[in-house]
Amino acid sequence: MIPLQVTAFVLVGLGAAAVVLVRDPLRQLVVNGLYGLVLTSLFVILQAPDVALSMLVVGSIAYPLIVLIAVARVRSREREGAGG
Amino acid sequence: MTVLADAVAVWIFVLGLYGVATSRNLIHLALCLTVMQSATYVHLLVAGYKRGGTAPIFSGVPLGARTVDPIVQALTLTDIVVSVTVVALILALALDAHKLRDTIDPEELDEFRG
Amino acid sequence: MSPGTRRVVLVPALAVLAAVIGAGLADLPPFGHPHSPYGDLLNRVAVPERHTTNVVAATVFDYRGFDTLGEEFILFCAVTGVVALLRDQTEDTGQGEDEPQNDALPVVLMLAFGPCVVIAAWLAAFGYLTPGGGFQAGVVFAGVALLIYLGVGHRHFVVAARDRVTDPLEGLGAGGYVVVGLAALIAGMPFLHNLFGPGETGTFASGGSIGLLNWASAVEVAAANLLLFTHFLGAHVAPLVRGGGA
Repeated sequence: MIPLQVTAFVLVGLGAAAVVLVRDPLRQLVVNGLYGLVLTSLFVILQAPDVALSMLVVGSIAYPLIVLIAVARVRSREREGAGG
Repeated sequence: MTVLADAVAVWIFVLGLYGVATSRNLIHLALCLTVMQSATYVHLLVAGYKRGGTAPIFSGVPLGARTVDPIVQALTLTDIVVSVTVVALILALALDAHKLRDTIDPEELDEFRG
Repeated sequence: MSPGTRRVVLVPALAVLAAVIGAGLADLPPFGHPHSPYGDLLNRVAVPERHTTNVVAATVFDYRGFDTLGEEFILFCAVTGVVALLRDQTEDTGQGEDEPQNDALPVVLMLAFGPCVVIAAWLAAFGYLTPGGGFQAGVVFAGVALLIYLGVGHRHFVVAARDRVTDPLEGLGAGGYVVVGLAALIAGMPFLHNLFGPGETGTFASGGSIGLLNWASAVEVAAANLLLFTHFLGAHVAPLVRGGGA
């Protein structure tokens, strides 16, 4: 059990660094999805299935949608401004 | 093990704060805020974990078995779902700022103009 | 302050912050041996008192039910704010040109619709018996409605998830939670006291008002998230309809 916990903690630390250091929002969203998955695994390893379910559901349904639409809206408005 | 668990929570929090402070894009900033929030979730669950304990759900597990703390899980679980709408509010503000000022760079949004 | 200067000042400051937080955390009990008398007490008494096997759900909806009421109203207010902010960016023309381009996608998504609804209903229904609960199920319900958008296009999604349906549903969820609490008040007990008998452990009829509050928050979270998604999607589709930056 102990090596599993250590691996999970280290992966969470690396995942957080990855999310922060990627600057482009679209790519950061994909990395955030992976980070959510790693967090879900950590929550399961820490014996919290309800919390893991929450994180899984939120990180795969809600966050991608709102961030993708924000990015798409910004880009389409920039294209409109450049063209029109 | 204690050191690693606490250090990871502090590391994630400080990293998220660094991301928020040096961000050049409001959407990137919102996602760094979620990283900071996840630091609090990790810390809460670490604080409630009992060595050798199982999940606090007693269907199939006999009463009186060693289980982890259910209160920190209750706090974390509602917080995760509610923070989505708060991040959505931040993104809506970012979209509004882009409409008014044509930029989502926090560096360029630092003047209050009427 | 230029970005480079900011970085140079920030890193030592963050190191000091990390040291201070770490010093504070050092006095906590070691990992794996917490001092949690309240948690131990709840683990001991939740099943005999409330007959719900999911102690976390019993905590969220009964022992700390008032906190959940506050969280639901945070949800409510944040969604109101988002709707107000995105109001002038949404054009509900109903003529989405955002139809899916190939034929495989609608088939796959419509096939997935049924199982996903069942999964969401299972998460909500068994939420106070096994891992799950109203909050998770609410988000999955909203995601299921998204499948309509992805599979069939924006026009049908707008019809299915129109404001006239989701606004009252959200009010029903939040208001339902308050009504269950007030019912206890009317019956002469404290607000949000568990009203009905605990029932039999391991069945649906356990936990008293925990089941009702569970479903009320599932409805509220589903409607709130659906409102959020609808208004965000409206802001996205509007320029496509105008023929602008597509």
